Amino acid sequence: MTTTPSTPANQPPAHGALARPPQQAPGLIQGLRSLVATPLNALLTVLALAIAWFLLRPAIEFLFIDAVWSGHDRAACLAGEAGGETGACWPYIARRLGYFIYGQYPEAQRWRPNAAMALCALNIGWALWPRAPFRGAALFSFVLPFPVIAWILLYGPGFSGLVAVPSNLWGGVLVTLVISIVGIVVSLPLGVLLALGRRSQMPVVCAASTVFIEVMRGVPLLAVLFMANRMLPLFLPPGVLPDPLVRVMVGVSLFAAAGMAEVIRGGLQALPKGQYEAAAALGLGYWQMMFTVILPQALTLVIPGIVNTFISLFKDTTLVTVVGIFDLLTTIDVSSRDPAWATPVTASTGYAFAAIFYFICCYAMSRYSAAMERRLAAAGSRS
Amino acid sequence: MTANEPSTRRAASGEGDAVVMRGVSKWYGDFRVLTDIDLNVRRGERVVICGPSGSGKSTLIRCINRLEEHQQGEIIVDGVELTRDLRSIDRVRREVGMVFQQFNLFPHLTVLENCVLAPMRVRGASRRAAEEQAQALLARVRIPEQAGKYPGQLSGGQQQRVAIARALCMNPRIMLFDEPTSALDPEMVKEVLDVMVELAGDGMTMLCVTHEMGFARRIADRVIFMDGGQIIEQAEPETFFTAPKHARTRAFLSQVLGDQ
Repeated sequence: MTTTPSTPANQPPAHGALARPPQQAPGLIQGLRSLVATPLNALLTVLALAIAWFLLRPAIEFLFIDAVWSGHDRAACLAGEAGGETGACWPYIARRLGYFIYGQYPEAQRWRPNAAMALCALNIGWALWPRAPFRGAALFSFVLPFPVIAWILLYGPGFSGLVAVPSNLWGGVLVTLVISIVGIVVSLPLGVLLALGRRSQMPVVCAASTVFIEVMRGVPLLAVLFMANRMLPLFLPPGVLPDPLVRVMVGVSLFAAAGMAEVIRGGLQALPKGQYEAAAALGLGYWQMMFTVILPQALTLVIPGIVNTFISLFKDTTLVTVVGIFDLLTTIDVSSRDPAWATPVTASTGYAFAAIFYFICCYAMSRYSAAMERRLAAAGSRS
Repeated sequence: MTANEPSTRRAASGEGDAVVMRGVSKWYGDFRVLTDIDLNVRRGERVVICGPSGSGKSTLIRCINRLEEHQQGEIIVDGVELTRDLRSIDRVRREVGMVFQQFNLFPHLTVLENCVLAPMRVRGASRRAAEEQAQALLARVRIPEQAGKYPGQLSGGQQQRVAIARALCMNPRIMLFDEPTSALDPEMVKEVLDVMVELAGDGMTMLCVTHEMGFARRIADRVIFMDGGQIIEQAEPETFFTAPKHARTRAFLSQVLGDQ
């Protein structure tokens, strides 16, 4: 383009002659053409297609083409048509779905986790839907009344009149969601406080926040979980040992809060000093300045980082298996060794199911954050 | 020192003044930005501070609402001495409005929300009262129709006028201007200066750091020239511009006025 002599098309248009901007985004045809524009491009295109074929074909065959879709027990999934292995054994997932979702939660009581999850979905939908009324109330309800109701429903403490279901019977998606949601709800505000603490002028607050963040960030989550499980009892007086699930939730939340604090600190530092000065000059106190001026902007800036932390937290909940908590992946792992379903493809099917579940949840979070970023960018175009 | 003559003549008592600074000094590390500043500003007085960049003039007015902390001497604003006591700082900031070179509007809030934030949160005003007052002040700075827009949608001159309205919404007794027109495109300087001239006409106590000498000549009761962290010379604008006493003042004025 650059070497072509000046043709009429290249000449600057007369004033107002060009109603629309010149086409910038390449069309489909141009896009395809660029794939084979030079020999190297063509070679790379062929290579990429070959790799995609070799990777995707087995996955599609396993998940759909060779998969077994119906059956009552392992016999259905034992051998394919040619006598070889079958693809995914979906009847196994269908039959054990209850176990994957609720663990050993008693069947007669499963309406309780259902009710809790429905409430949760309603509350999250209310809080996340941009045009919903009283979104502040939704957020509040998610942080205070909802966890209490969910706890009563799921656990059934004595005064509630429900059958008590101790947490060692909980499992599967239920446990994964409980740990993740508690982790998310606790780690965001705690992360904000830690980030503010680390930037505080008060030496004690600053030192305490910094030490906490650095220790938590410098330790693997596995170590934190072992600490929560094995060492926490040593520091507590006998008889007040919290439930193992609670211990794990505390560990996961604190760990995520440390990561969250650093993400949010990045946002706080990215704001121009003038924003702090303008708020101070107007007479706003520290907390007023933070809640009305600084945090709304800082948190918006770091939405991708916050959601990234949520996603890691969600995936890291699979680690709780090491302290004997039955999250989704553990229930799949355990049930794949059930003799009633012992086939060569049972474990692979279970892991494929887990992968799909985790991917859908994480992708949903990612898409929501992208949509929110676009909406906020449209609302307040920055100067 | 003859340079201090106007202020000592007018306010011997000092305590009733809007701003009193006595022997104020400030260091950044080892670098002394302010040296023994003595300054009295009467209520209703309009003071323009000028000087070369790095002379400490911005630091001086930023000490008045404690955006900068002074390390020596005393500063009394509207009868309240600024100390480390947070309550004294809060009291002073409530009564002192400030306009910045970079506007510093809150980009995530609309113009109206920018204006009502502090009156509602700090003064406890009702939303209705705060919005009524904000609308009136936006009309006064001649942009009532922009109330629903976000700062990023406005021109620099409009943003600076919003910043002035936002500061006025707190009904301050003193207004500080820190080079309010320096970040503006030339064609927008006038619309901001016009608003400031009007404000001066209403009797607001104003301290204004600016290079706009025409503005200083027009509205100032007193012009202060700073250099090297010291007040070199201060006088009524007529005297200041026609008969500057110090060589440094003359050099500065010839440079600034020569540009125009």
